[in-house]
Amino acid sequence: MKRKYNQTLVILIGAAVVYGLLKALILTGMIGDYWQLILDEALITTIGALGLSIIYGFNGQFSLGQAAFYGMGAYTAGAITKAYGHGNWVWFAGALIAGTLAGAVVSYLIGRPILRLRSDYLGIATLGFGIIVTVLLNNADKVIPILGGAIGMTGLRHMVGFDLLFLFTVGSIFVVRNFIQSSPGRAVVSIREDEIAADAMGIDTTRYKTMAFVLGGALSGLAGALYAHRYPYLNPSSFDWLQSVNFLLIVVLGGLGSITGTVVTAIGWVFLLEGLRFVLGQQFIDFRGVIYAVLLVVVILLRPQGLFGGKEIGFLRPPSVLKPALRPGKENSHAGIGG
Amino acid sequence: MHYFLAEVINGLQLGLVYALIALGYTMVYGIVKLINFAHGDVFMVGSFVGYFCFMAGVPWPVAVLAAMAVCATLGVVIEKIAYRPLRYAPKIAALISALGVSLFLEYFSSLKFIFGPDYRVVHSPLQAVNWNIGGVTVTNIQVMILAVVVVMFAGLQYLIHRTKVGTAMRAVSFDHDAARLMGINVDGVISITFAIATALAGAGGVLYAIAYPEIWTFMGIMPGLKAFTAAVLGGIGIIPGAVLGALIMGQVETMTAAFLSSTLRDAIAFGVLILVLLIRPSGILGKNRPEKV
Repeated sequence: MKRKYNQTLVILIGAAVVYGLLKALILTGMIGDYWQLILDEALITTIGALGLSIIYGFNGQFSLGQAAFYGMGAYTAGAITKAYGHGNWVWFAGALIAGTLAGAVVSYLIGRPILRLRSDYLGIATLGFGIIVTVLLNNADKVIPILGGAIGMTGLRHMVGFDLLFLFTVGSIFVVRNFIQSSPGRAVVSIREDEIAADAMGIDTTRYKTMAFVLGGALSGLAGALYAHRYPYLNPSSFDWLQSVNFLLIVVLGGLGSITGTVVTAIGWVFLLEGLRFVLGQQFIDFRGVIYAVLLVVVILLRPQGLFGGKEIGFLRPPSVLKPALRPGKENSHAGIGG
Repeated sequence: MHYFLAEVINGLQLGLVYALIALGYTMVYGIVKLINFAHGDVFMVGSFVGYFCFMAGVPWPVAVLAAMAVCATLGVVIEKIAYRPLRYAPKIAALISALGVSLFLEYFSSLKFIFGPDYRVVHSPLQAVNWNIGGVTVTNIQVMILAVVVVMFAGLQYLIHRTKVGTAMRAVSFDHDAARLMGINVDGVISITFAIATALAGAGGVLYAIAYPEIWTFMGIMPGLKAFTAAVLGGIGIIPGAVLGALIMGQVETMTAAFLSSTLRDAIAFGVLILVLLIRPSGILGKNRPEKV
């Protein structure tokens, strides 16, 4: 189906306008250093969550260990910059690529055997894998001293700012959108809808499940590599089970199978958490976790299908020929997604 | 050899505590197909109830019963507020709700006017007694844990296979709608299941507090995850499977700590899980259901 206007151009202009607005706010000091830190964190989280969005939101493969790929990317990139890069931009580019590849390779190696598991069993296997990675990172200094082990890895360089992060975020959104709307992307979505039917239609389910898993792992790896160049310090606890839960919350609260939902929720969630710190002040800071938890339960009770419920806005909306395929699956009463 | 046997006993002690938590996980999963992530935190609440009971000078069997009562109430309330409204929503919604409840219990009980964020040392009312059986030391705490777990497991098996409530539970776990058509009060049966499951976690909490007398409000996360893993290992939804998985988990963990490295304990335990799942995707005792076409 032909589009009425040159979509790519419109999107690029749109992205430039958003970038310009944010940049103006930063330059005029409306967004101070503190909030810029939060903004950067939100963008990194967005990229990481997009990785899980492909795996779980679009491919329907329940993953409870996304932070493992995020951590792999961060530690790989961080180690390269620390050992060889020392602020050199060529090494920096290499570190980003290596971090992305680390996410991809690790997700391939673990995905190949465990993707044959279904729903909750896959979730538990990925959860176990995530915990194994955290334990290994905690003990990594015994083999490679610069990784720092449980104490954490210090001496990293701040080489990524808002500009690059914005670029990578927009780029990641494009990659995910184009992938999902491509022919392999439709195969990936069809597996979420009904794996047996997809198989019967001649779709190589193992191949496409692996493809989605690796792409998702690579994106989270990239997010980790960016993280390692934004903050001066890496600690295994930033890539543990709670971080995996965080990604899962973002993807589910945003609505499974919605890029818009993932992006909006990732940014909103990070700002909400930091905003709470601000609103509560020193006196009531202990209540932050309580409010966070209550909010989580209330939101999911009110919107079990997620905020966007599988819908997209603007250029992320699939062309109408694809629409029926991209609508999130009708739920049968007990099984539902992941059943 | 004596060292090895001593470790086997230690592993048994840990495995038996895991078994009590794993039983609750497997029952809840069996009946509503939900990974109840809040279960580990109910276990934590059980430990704290035990702690306060011991402070008040209550004998341990009473403390166990008190923790079971408190946790059962908590479990029923959690189910009513956070899971029941989502029963016919996508399964993931209830799972997220469970994660929310889990975080709520952790952070809420960490508030200063509840349990507080600090570690607390449990003053067990039991004087440690060591018996030497064929060269291996067995403590009275280990014997007590074994006795409690055996009694509870036997009671549970009786309840599920020999009573009307148990039959109803099995029917609901098999098919909600068919059970309802047969006149079973599905909501009531699910409430009872949650009550029993969380009561077992409460008992587990008190035993854990006696055996490993240092508790804090985030202590439930790891035992919770491991007990759930144990339940999956044995075959989720199968009661004897949960106990079997938990005993294996306890041995793997203790043996790794004793003979390899205590820091790699968790990695090896979860590595075993992944391996078992690859060989038997439905767990050790699980039936490999044929794919529906």
